[in-house]
Amino acid sequence: MSDLFEALAAPARRAILDELTEKNGQTLFEICSRLAMKHGLGLSRQAISQHLEVLASAGLVTFERQGRYKYHFLNPEPLKEVVKRWLKEEQEGSDS
Amino acid sequence: MKIVLTSILVDDQEKALKFYTEVLGFQFKNDIPMGEFRWITVVDPDDPNGTELVLEPDQHPAAGPFKKALVEDGIPYTSFGVLDLQQEYERLQTSGVSFTQGPTDMGPVITAVFDDTCGNLIQIAQLKEVS
Repeated sequence: MSDLFEALAAPARRAILDELTEKNGQTLFEICSRLAMKHGLGLSRQAISQHLEVLASAGLVTFERQGRYKYHFLNPEPLKEVVKRWLKEEQEGSDS
Repeated sequence: MKIVLTSILVDDQEKALKFYTEVLGFQFKNDIPMGEFRWITVVDPDDPNGTELVLEPDQHPAAGPFKKALVEDGIPYTSFGVLDLQQEYERLQTSGVSFTQGPTDMGPVITAVFDDTCGNLIQIAQLKEVS
């Protein structure tokens, strides 16, 4: 879970997740364009690739090859663990 | 100095000529035999004396890996301007063109990216009107 918090700590990586939330399944080029044009982030493609690798190792982003293209998808599943960790008691309390 | 020509590396010149004229709607301008290959250019039908696009054979051994790597990352080889992106997107989709990125608002421009069937991705872009 420490991977998850580290992945979420960088503003650029949160911006990537925001953009994938808006449209799931993007090429590296589309992600780079969105970060530059919509977020004003002047990151190199290599830097964005590295951010995507960090997100992937935390399980938040998956890659999928479709023919000759490679797309990136958001996987919000790991975030549920974060929510459960601290909201568990509250949920149990409201049940009783 | 003027930009008279620009070129795109295609895997099959005949197929490219068909796609760039019949599907995209550019106008055929030059077809000069050059040994094994041809020197083929197309132009914007509204500006036949403007910049010519050369449909150049991608026979150099480095071209294949280069093009493949660009396509995998979704990077367009070049970009064409359109007046109504949504309309072009629908027109090209009807013609069976596949897009790696549908119409997307990128701030000052709206862009989309499609496959030219000759080993390249091409971006189309519409400048948003400044209101």
